[in-house]
Amino acid sequence: MPRRPGPAPVHTRRSRFDPGAELRRLAAERPVTRIGAGPGDSEEYVWLVTGYDAVRQVLGDHVRFSTRRRFGRAAGTAGTYPDDYRPDDMIGQLMDYDPPEHTRLRKILTPEFTVRRIRRLRPRIEEIAADRLDAVERAGPPADLVEQFATPFSGAVLCELIGVPRDDREAFLRRARHHLDQGRGRQARAAAGAAFSRYLAALVAGQRRDPDDGFLGMVVRDHGADVTDKELRGVCVLLMLAGLDNISGMLSLGTLVLLEHPGRLAEIRADPGTVDRTVEELLRYLTVPHAPTPRTALEDVTVGGQLVKAGEHLVVSLPTANRDPALTAAPDRFDPARAPSAHLAFGHGVHHCLGAALARMELCIGYTELLRRFPHLRLAAPAAEVPFRLHTTAYGLERLPVAW
Amino acid sequence: MEVRVDRDRCVGSGLCMMHVPAVFDQSEDDGKVLLATAHPGPGLARSVRGAAGRCPGRAISLHADGGTGGADSTENVRQ
Repeated sequence: MPRRPGPAPVHTRRSRFDPGAELRRLAAERPVTRIGAGPGDSEEYVWLVTGYDAVRQVLGDHVRFSTRRRFGRAAGTAGTYPDDYRPDDMIGQLMDYDPPEHTRLRKILTPEFTVRRIRRLRPRIEEIAADRLDAVERAGPPADLVEQFATPFSGAVLCELIGVPRDDREAFLRRARHHLDQGRGRQARAAAGAAFSRYLAALVAGQRRDPDDGFLGMVVRDHGADVTDKELRGVCVLLMLAGLDNISGMLSLGTLVLLEHPGRLAEIRADPGTVDRTVEELLRYLTVPHAPTPRTALEDVTVGGQLVKAGEHLVVSLPTANRDPALTAAPDRFDPARAPSAHLAFGHGVHHCLGAALARMELCIGYTELLRRFPHLRLAAPAAEVPFRLHTTAYGLERLPVAW
Repeated sequence: MEVRVDRDRCVGSGLCMMHVPAVFDQSEDDGKVLLATAHPGPGLARSVRGAAGRCPGRAISLHADGGTGGADSTENVRQ
């Protein structure tokens, strides 16, 4: 999404741990609302879907709601892409594919993300967490948990998963971040993106020649003939897109929530087995991704009592869906003791997050190791001065100054 | 209670096997759901219902034992 002048789109606005006031007001009024989508007085609009049931309906129906991007600035396409066209930088990015193409690619990747396969990464992820906590200790107190822990931890886990050699990691992650940072200008992002993309292409080519036991090597070994190098490159971009800001956002915001709920914090310290359900509740309560890929209705369909016409676009708000009383009672309360809910933090339907098992494990390890290392962790700034992160596809904190 | 899974709908999240490993498993070949048992004891009914409600592919359905499998016998599994 290009950087746009004026206020951020309503579905990306937040107020501390809650959806923004305007977004909450819209969600309270009706499950589907027509909102302006263009600059100034333009007549462009989209449907904003905020209610839990309506969101589940849209995300669960890939036959009537497509995720394929249908317009852009590609040369020779006059703004609207032909049906068989996909811009180069979207090749391999699963969320841009509808079944049956999506089914083909996803089938190749799913076995690499099973719960068992991901559990094998646990010892490495614990080592990464320990390394980063060493860095936090060296840096402070006080130290910034975003810079020293949340951000580098999520990056190192992705490098480990994708198989980026240690010496390359720093440059690789810097380019990835510059490329993904919505707050940067288009040109700066494109330049970083080109370097990032070249590096990934070389990495994929290397695995084709000499596959190792990592994720890329396994895919090439088991399904090499069914997937192109460009698709694999796009899959790696997607993993970075999904695994950097979402994880660092969850770690930083979640830590702040826990620091404001000392009882919960003590509970995890006393019994690390309770961290799983705390993570589930943090996923629901914070829901850091503002929205999944926008949908386009392929036929007329009624959603939440609203007729949506073929060709119209829908933006789906995950944070409001996860605060809908239709999902769980007293949804605005952070309560790890509540019965596990069918929350939508990882989406729903065929595009449900491929890396959900990895994300859950990273978060469990991240919070547990952090609290274990620093039994007296506390905020090192007034709570009102902790800056929240804007301009990213996932919510989070800019900085989290802590002492111990 | 009989549990049925629709592997075409399964998206491979592994949530069911994380929550109720006595009933659900995840294939290492395609990442999709496998049933360890289709007839879990009554003590597991609640957690199986929970897993069905949280399934992102809506691939798990519950049926009365001996039912014909029509829509009438499918419980509303939303929690």
